[in-house]
Amino acid sequence: MQHANDDHTAQRAEPSALSQALPIVMGYLPVGFAYGVLAVKAGLSLANTGLMSILVYAGSAQLIAVDMIGAGAPASSVIATAFIVNLRHVLFSAALSPFLASWPVRRIARFCFEMTDETFALHATRFHNRQLSARKTLAINLLAHTGWIVGGIAGAVAGGFVPDVKPLGLDYALPAMFAVLLVGQLLSPAHILAAALGGSLALIISQTDASAYATLAGAVIAAATAAFTPWTSKRSS
Amino acid sequence: MDQQTILLTILGMAAVTYLPRVVPALFFASRPMPEVLRRFLSVVPPAVLGALLAQSVLLEKGALHLSLDNAFLWASALTCLLAWRTKGFFGPVLAGLCFVALWRAIF
Repeated sequence: MQHANDDHTAQRAEPSALSQALPIVMGYLPVGFAYGVLAVKAGLSLANTGLMSILVYAGSAQLIAVDMIGAGAPASSVIATAFIVNLRHVLFSAALSPFLASWPVRRIARFCFEMTDETFALHATRFHNRQLSARKTLAINLLAHTGWIVGGIAGAVAGGFVPDVKPLGLDYALPAMFAVLLVGQLLSPAHILAAALGGSLALIISQTDASAYATLAGAVIAAATAAFTPWTSKRSS
Repeated sequence: MDQQTILLTILGMAAVTYLPRVVPALFFASRPMPEVLRRFLSVVPPAVLGALLAQSVLLEKGALHLSLDNAFLWASALTCLLAWRTKGFFGPVLAGLCFVALWRAIF
């Protein structure tokens, strides 16, 4: 159990779980709030609104689901859509698996329950920097998830009264975090190519009928190209 | 939909969301990963981050927003520059937030 905290190889002290989770929480509160408002408008009870944030915990899938429920879509198509929209998590789970292999199964199961775009991006960077503390990892996940749940319930309670969060610039919190994490990921030509291609392809796919697959397909094609293009094959890791 | 059906829908959504999140990690926790896959997955984080950043900055309600009055575009340039120079985490995020707030207060 203790080995995960033996983090002697880190060059710099790792920031606290709270300060690392804060950009995620600041981004999740307003987006969660918007989800809560839309959920009660679509006819979800307060309990179901909160329960979806607790059990599903996937922003875009939840927003799409309440939209579909409000429009009278059948349960089966709401569930199928959630599956497609969240399929990209297969990639996240596989990519982080080498760092989790020494964890007990129950802890892996708990960690993966709170895997989102944002927590994946943060942990991928942390793990790469040998910041492997299980305690900190799970604390970050719990803080982020709490922010998402609190935002959703606050939105559901506030109902139609929607204060404008834009003047505070809070809707930029998640893009900002992606930007900081991306800068930390640009370690080799292969990484830079993967990022540039991933961004370009996701934008192109987002403009097609397959937009639900934009992140997944864009990232898969970009990573495959970057990993197996001859000129990037001279890699340090 | 009545609340009972919504509850069942939520449980279904939870299952189809959790399985893709957990199955690959558990699968590779108990057996070695092929070298080809390991190499591919090692560049997945920058590919995903590129995809997420591009979409969060350059899409507005699903449509491309490629113009010089896109506040997120300039804020991201500032955030990236600060992240690169300071190696910090929260400072660059906060600077970007302030930039966006200021931008919206002025324009």
